[in-house]
Amino acid sequence: MTTAYPDNKGRFGKFGGKFVPETLMNALEQLERDYNHYIEDPDFQKQLQYYLNVYSGRPTSLYYAKNLTEHLGGAKIYLKREDLNHTGAHKINNTIGQGLLAKMTGKKRVIAETGAGQHGVATATVSALLGLECTVFMGEEDIARQELNVFRMRLMGAEVVPAKSGTRTLKDATNEAIRHWVEHVEDTFYIIGSVVGPHPYPMIVRDFQRIIGDEVREQIVELEGKLPDSIIACVGGGSNAMGIFYPFLHDESVQLIGVEASGKGVDTDEHAATISKGLPGVIHGSLTYLLQDEYGQIQPAHSISAGLDYPGIGPEHAHLADTGRAQYVPITDNEALEAFQLLSRLEGIIPALESSHAIAHTMQVAPTLPSDHVIVVSLSGRGDKDVHQVLDILGGADR
Amino acid sequence: MSRIGAIFQELKAKNEKAFIPFLTAGDPSLEITERLILELDAKGADIIEIGIPYSDPLADGPTIQAAAVRALAGGTRMPDVFALVRRVRPQVKAALVLFTYVNPVFQWGIDRFFETAKEVGADGAIIPDLPIEESGEAAAAAAKHGVDLIPLLAPNSRERIAKICEEAQGFVYVVAALGVTGVRDTVSEDLPQLIASVKEHTDLPVAVGFGVGRPEQAAQIGRHADGVIVGSAIVKGIGGIADALAAGDSALAEQKERELIDFAASLKEPLRSAEAPL
Repeated sequence: MTTAYPDNKGRFGKFGGKFVPETLMNALEQLERDYNHYIEDPDFQKQLQYYLNVYSGRPTSLYYAKNLTEHLGGAKIYLKREDLNHTGAHKINNTIGQGLLAKMTGKKRVIAETGAGQHGVATATVSALLGLECTVFMGEEDIARQELNVFRMRLMGAEVVPAKSGTRTLKDATNEAIRHWVEHVEDTFYIIGSVVGPHPYPMIVRDFQRIIGDEVREQIVELEGKLPDSIIACVGGGSNAMGIFYPFLHDESVQLIGVEASGKGVDTDEHAATISKGLPGVIHGSLTYLLQDEYGQIQPAHSISAGLDYPGIGPEHAHLADTGRAQYVPITDNEALEAFQLLSRLEGIIPALESSHAIAHTMQVAPTLPSDHVIVVSLSGRGDKDVHQVLDILGGADR
Repeated sequence: MSRIGAIFQELKAKNEKAFIPFLTAGDPSLEITERLILELDAKGADIIEIGIPYSDPLADGPTIQAAAVRALAGGTRMPDVFALVRRVRPQVKAALVLFTYVNPVFQWGIDRFFETAKEVGADGAIIPDLPIEESGEAAAAAAKHGVDLIPLLAPNSRERIAKICEEAQGFVYVVAALGVTGVRDTVSEDLPQLIASVKEHTDLPVAVGFGVGRPEQAAQIGRHADGVIVGSAIVKGIGGIADALAAGDSALAEQKERELIDFAASLKEPLRSAEAPL
């Protein structure tokens, strides 16, 4: 079952919309028409399924984390293993979908923004696969933090353009991608990586990511004979969370929890806790919660995780927060680092720093819950990309 | 009739076209912006666009982004821009138009923004990330307080032109090229046709911006449009003043300021006796 959102103005309640320069309006309308056409097209669906299954390796497993469950001594914890996707994160679910859409609508060139580099890698991958020319915008700061992903993108033939404006992170990479799109809108497809941006992007990305939740629904019923009691996912822009939440929106018994990065703490100036500390406003074409000052100047976000280092959040999350259907909780850099290490040690799974935020919240709540409470955690990506950064932080000492 | 309407009417009677320079408030300081507004007015600017500096100016290229960075670093915020407009309004004959992104307006309060704009003496507002689909509340507030909400129209607006023209107030801002603000070498060959199709839908004046940086380009556009908007080329000149001041060279800054004003005058010159359309 799905919701009626977005409405015909691209709104999720009061959030969403299309706050972009006039130059992009026709392209967004065309994209919406193309999307509505191809999503019903059997050939498109056949190709999408083919690449998701045979190329990316779906369905991903739903793994019972027995050691973690026993260690925490409470709720029963399952991990939705999006880290097992080709390229190591859920991002490819969306780039296969949008890449095919670009291909079928005759676009030869795609652009993307990236924070940690996971969406950039997933876009470069699909571009190589489908023979599309690919340019990825990435903040200069993130290029330094994630040099391996930059090299991956270049290996696969993508051009990586440093975003040198503002805070030189994901926000600015997105600005640069939009500016570039305004100029090249007639022949370029913009593959947005999260449930953000102007309508119809938050809807399109959600729909391509809902496969995570659709699979969980089938798998958990088979394993447990019931729906999960809680679903926990990290939220930057919020695409893995939206993907796993969406098929459960009408199952009121399923608690939906989004985990925001609170960096050095929500009481400091260095966090990315958009729902906890932000106010409604417009960022990247969408009305949503964002970190800003009293005059509407967008404030820099901070997180140890480049993928969560974003001052906005998808408009549908803003709506779910306002209606109370989902709860959003903060997790600090240090808590995420602890979770990163704990999951590695207990389960032999190195989680992405982004996903470590979801694990960290699970560590806090699981011990307080009964053993028949089933938690599904979205393990959105693997942590190989982060080990160098974590090594720098923790040092080489034996731990 | 609004001041903007009256200015275009007066220009038309003289067979002149409007010269519309843009600058960012507080770049590099509010004092310099104030002086530049007075000088631009004296040199024949008919309408002056005053940019409210914003952290994430999506529609702007590197030149105007840099101006916003300088202005924000200097501490310029929305109330300072309103105070600036209040100070210069009685001293200039040009119409004053605020250029701002939607988020600062949203935080100030949409109705309150237009109320304050009117109260300090602004004649119009341009919000580049507020397309007609989203502009209902702002258009109502602008109309209520008597501020012209000037829409942007792009080379690829096509079937949207009629609706944009229907809602337009003051003038229609035609974007000369796909892309963000910034000087371009050539003027699109399709521009006369675009202007003509806009004029089929509205009697409002049409001004053209994005990419205009030289007097000959102004002249070329002036043959077809009612006004010429020059942003990045002016702001680049202001950047020269800012650089000189940052280097502590006040003599060079003064020279750069004189050059900028002469440049502005040279942009107005070909618009004073506009040739008839070819």
